[in-house]
Amino acid sequence: MTALTTDNLIIDIPGRAPGSPLNLEVQPGQVWGVLGPNGVGKTTLLHTLAGLRAPHRGEVLLDGRALGSLKRKSVSQQLGLVFQDRQDGFPATVLETALIGRHPWLSSWQMESGEDIAIAERALQALDVGHLRDRLVSTLSGGERQRVAIATLMTQAPDIWLLDEPSNHLDLHHQVAVMRLLSGHAEAGRAVFMCLHDLNLAARWCDHLLLMYPSGEACWGPAREMLVPSALESLYNQTLMTVEVDGAPVFVPVRS
Amino acid sequence: MPVSDLFRPLAALALVALAAMLVSVSVGSADLGIGDTLSVLVGGGSELHRTLILDLRLPRTLSAFATGGLLAVAGALMQVLLRNPLADPYVLGLSGGAAVGALLAMLAGAAGFLISGSAFAGAMLATLLVFGLAHGSGSWTPSRLLLTGVVVAAGWGAMITLILAMSPASRLPGMLYWLMGDLSHAGQPWPGLAVLVLVCLLVFPLGRSLNVLARGSLQAAALGVSVRSLEWLIYLVASLLTATAVTMAGAVGFVGLVVPHMLRLALGNDQRMILPACALAGGTLLVLADTLARVVIAPEQLPVGVITALIGVPTFLYLLYRSR
Repeated sequence: MTALTTDNLIIDIPGRAPGSPLNLEVQPGQVWGVLGPNGVGKTTLLHTLAGLRAPHRGEVLLDGRALGSLKRKSVSQQLGLVFQDRQDGFPATVLETALIGRHPWLSSWQMESGEDIAIAERALQALDVGHLRDRLVSTLSGGERQRVAIATLMTQAPDIWLLDEPSNHLDLHHQVAVMRLLSGHAEAGRAVFMCLHDLNLAARWCDHLLLMYPSGEACWGPAREMLVPSALESLYNQTLMTVEVDGAPVFVPVRS
Repeated sequence: MPVSDLFRPLAALALVALAAMLVSVSVGSADLGIGDTLSVLVGGGSELHRTLILDLRLPRTLSAFATGGLLAVAGALMQVLLRNPLADPYVLGLSGGAAVGALLAMLAGAAGFLISGSAFAGAMLATLLVFGLAHGSGSWTPSRLLLTGVVVAAGWGAMITLILAMSPASRLPGMLYWLMGDLSHAGQPWPGLAVLVLVCLLVFPLGRSLNVLARGSLQAAALGVSVRSLEWLIYLVASLLTATAVTMAGAVGFVGLVVPHMLRLALGNDQRMILPACALAGGTLLVLADTLARVVIAPEQLPVGVITALIGVPTFLYLLYRSR
């Protein structure tokens, strides 16, 4: 199982002063949540961690080896990403979409085998979209597409899962189901690192948090140390009330 | 997809292609029965029939097949490159560049190989121009490439009109035929066929990467595809295919757009299926179109591009109307 670390990483956001350097250590078994207001660079951070964008300074390391020195194919066997926006230029079925997750594991001449299809079907079942396998993705609802995208990542089966707003478009039941699935995979030794907008989802399911402030500063650490009401209030520039439910803090915005 | 799923549709398309070629070599100014044609093809038949089929009709039929296959595969590649099912080599101004090259050669009084060579040079120049300009300050996006191509194509169009306006009337018919696509001066089919077969073999192992690329360049990169080099490669290959086709038969329109689209509706969008299927179906379409072009107003001949457009436009509209 692989660890993802950053060495004095400063992400590159055009037109903005460089922020403070990040020294993250995402270990197998951990579930990380990234919190911050709109436009603070959460998506840019995920893309930088996945090697899809060059950092402004510093390095991303997979098990101590610089991401840039590794082959794209071997990176994609260890690390996968669910994007916030998806392109559906050409029609494709749900099963075909999930199957592209096998791409890093097949050689050029290899066709997808029965086993690859079985892996994709199991992932679709786990995300409760197995019954849609022959439907065109373009005919699905936003929440169903989101679950197909997560099933594609599960089919890819990397050690490190990066997810950009995985709870987007999901109804309450499927939000919980997806979070339970992600923490289950973390318990099995994978690392999960996701951007979230829902503070309470993060408080309930993440064991580590990274807070990104509009000023470019950031702080990170175990979730119980980060969930300080005053820190969260300044993060979102929003007054919060805190109540304790079921042993976990719940944050409610104050009506002013 | 297992290999066996590929086999049946491609075998069916190959059979249709063979049948089309057989029809194409047996009809014309003198109609031969299928029996006579077959006996010539296996080495028998009369001297006259042998000359008619082996020296006159077969090279032209094979040229038509190669041209159609090249254009359809080029179109399918361009569509993946631009993530746009409406892209085709002509939209990006490749044929415009080739046409300007060919017409300039004709205006200078050149013939045969010089026209072909000049058309090839024009197509490659158009490729470099569009890619160089779209590349600009470092990164290019599909929409920027498409826009650059469309604008450059309009420029080529203006130059074509200018050349036509400056040309003596005696040269105009040849130029117009070339602009509409014409197989009567196609020459040897072998270079075109060789390029078609080689490219199909080269592209097959890239098929799954192309499938992933069709989902967007970021998604492809996240799944381990070297996006930049793959995009360069397919652009160069598609340009080479187009240049080869245009050199053989002039500007034949619609094959690169209609054939991949029709096949996607029928067979899905797995490039390992679509690309060889495009080679077969595109070739078949142009063989049939050229046969019609030879016989409709025989002994006069029509430019084959007119036939492909007349078949292609209603077929395309019908399929689009019926599809979801």
